[in-house]
Formats: sequence, C-alpha cells, structure tokens
Amino acid sequence: MSEEKLKKVCIICSKGSLENVYAALILANGARMEGIEAELFFTFFGLDAITKKKMDKLHTATVGNPSLTMPGGIPFPTLLGILPGIEAMVSYMMKKEMEKLDIPKVSEFLEIIKASGGKIFACKLAMEMFKLKKEDLFDDLDGVLTVGEFYQRAAGAQIIFI
Amino acid sequence: MPKKEIAGTVIDVDENGYMTDMNQWTPEIARELAKEIGIELTEKHFEVINYLRELAREGKDLSIRKIGKSGVVSIKEFYALFPDGPLKKAALIAGLPKPRGCV
Repeated sequence: MSEEKLKKVCIICSKGSLENVYAALILANGARMEGIEAELFFTFFGLDAITKKKMDKLHTATVGNPSLTMPGGIPFPTLLGILPGIEAMVSYMMKKEMEKLDIPKVSEFLEIIKASGGKIFACKLAMEMFKLKKEDLFDDLDGVLTVGEFYQRAAGAQIIFI
Repeated sequence: MPKKEIAGTVIDVDENGYMTDMNQWTPEIARELAKEIGIELTEKHFEVINYLRELAREGKDLSIRKIGKSGVVSIKEFYALFPDGPLKKAALIAGLPKPRGCV
C-alpha cells in the first residue's frame, strides 16, 4: 500500500450508456467512502445521467456490444439486439441484477453522492448543444462549467475520463 | 493472529487493526478504538455502531445506502460522525471486519 494518499478525483462522464454512467457513479461514491474528494463532470451523452427525464431510463447497447451475453454465457446475437424492446429488456435485466447487489438507481445514486459530500457538474457546451436548460437537470447540481472552469477545479486532482 | 491490548483487555485483530471476533467487543473498547483514530464517541455514534453490529449479526453486508435508509442516521450525518472514510471507520470502531463492498 502506498503511503501517499489520493486526495481528489475529477471524473468526466462523457457517455450515456448504463455501464459507463455506473462506472462513473461507483468511482465517485467509492472515492467519498475512502475519504477522497470527488467531483463528477457530465458532458455530451453523459448528460443523460443527470437529465431528469432520462436518468433512470438509461440503456446498455445490444447492438455493437461484443461483451454482451445471454443468461448462461451464450453470446448475444447482434441481429436479436436490433429487435424492438430487446434493448429495454436487457437493460431492465441488468438493473434488476444491480438492485440485488444493493446498487441504487441513478437518481438515488446521485443523491447519495451529494449527501456524501461529492460534487456534480454539467458541461456548458454540451448543454447548449443538446438544448438543455438547468431545469431539465438534476435539482441538486453544483453548477454548469466550461472546460476551463473544469480544469481550474481539477487542480491537484486525478482526472478520470469515462 | 495479532492481538491487541486495549481498555484493560486483549482482543484479536487482523493486520489492519479490525477486530476478528465481534463478541469480544465492548463499548469501552469502542471508545478506545475511536480515540486512536481521533473520534470521541457520542450517543449518536453508538446508535450507528449498534445498528451496524445488528446488520453484521444478521449476516448482511454494510453499505452506505443501507445506512441512509436505516432511519438511524442520514448519509450526511454519517459522514460527519465518522469523517474521511465513514464506513471503514465505523466498522473498525464497531468491532466488525473491514467492509469490502464497492457501494
């Protein structure tokens, strides 16, 4: 174990698929649990994770996802993935498995991170691009940042890009 | 297995100082363990500790989410009571193994 302790992490979440968003949330929450400062910065499709209408309806891709398997470990046929409803069903099953492991849904996870002292920011440019207003986003947001402001906040921190 | 002398008794601990037998635990030991990591235990701390010991007795994993839902303490208060790594510190003081969950 290293003597020098990590003090702060800034995690950029640029993707909106279930597995990427959860990776960001678990890293941020895990950092707080270790007494490490944690800030999350959501940009591009990652904004879905803090968009009220979408945050609890994130999907995992069933097309172009070679790691996806069916129960029992059989490879998931891409052609099946294109059928209507399949992606929603696969995502539902993943969420059910996560719930069994005591992993909260996205909106609750964001609240836990906030209560734990973590900070949550949205990217200004991506918000403009997707025509999102602050009202569309998670109520307890710590702010909207430009890339320059993000770097200022990240001084001395480790930056993790997802 | 390492042993540790504390509060006038001897306890079994692991290499990180976590107690390996929760039945050896007493509130006095908790006070001393807490002091070693700079925490002065209050009534509220003990409420949380007792809740965690109850979870452990039921064989359940400790998690921040469970604590938030327990009604014993809010997540914010929990972080304030046991600063800088609350779950680990609370488990240490409660005489429980080091939590290894990711959430």
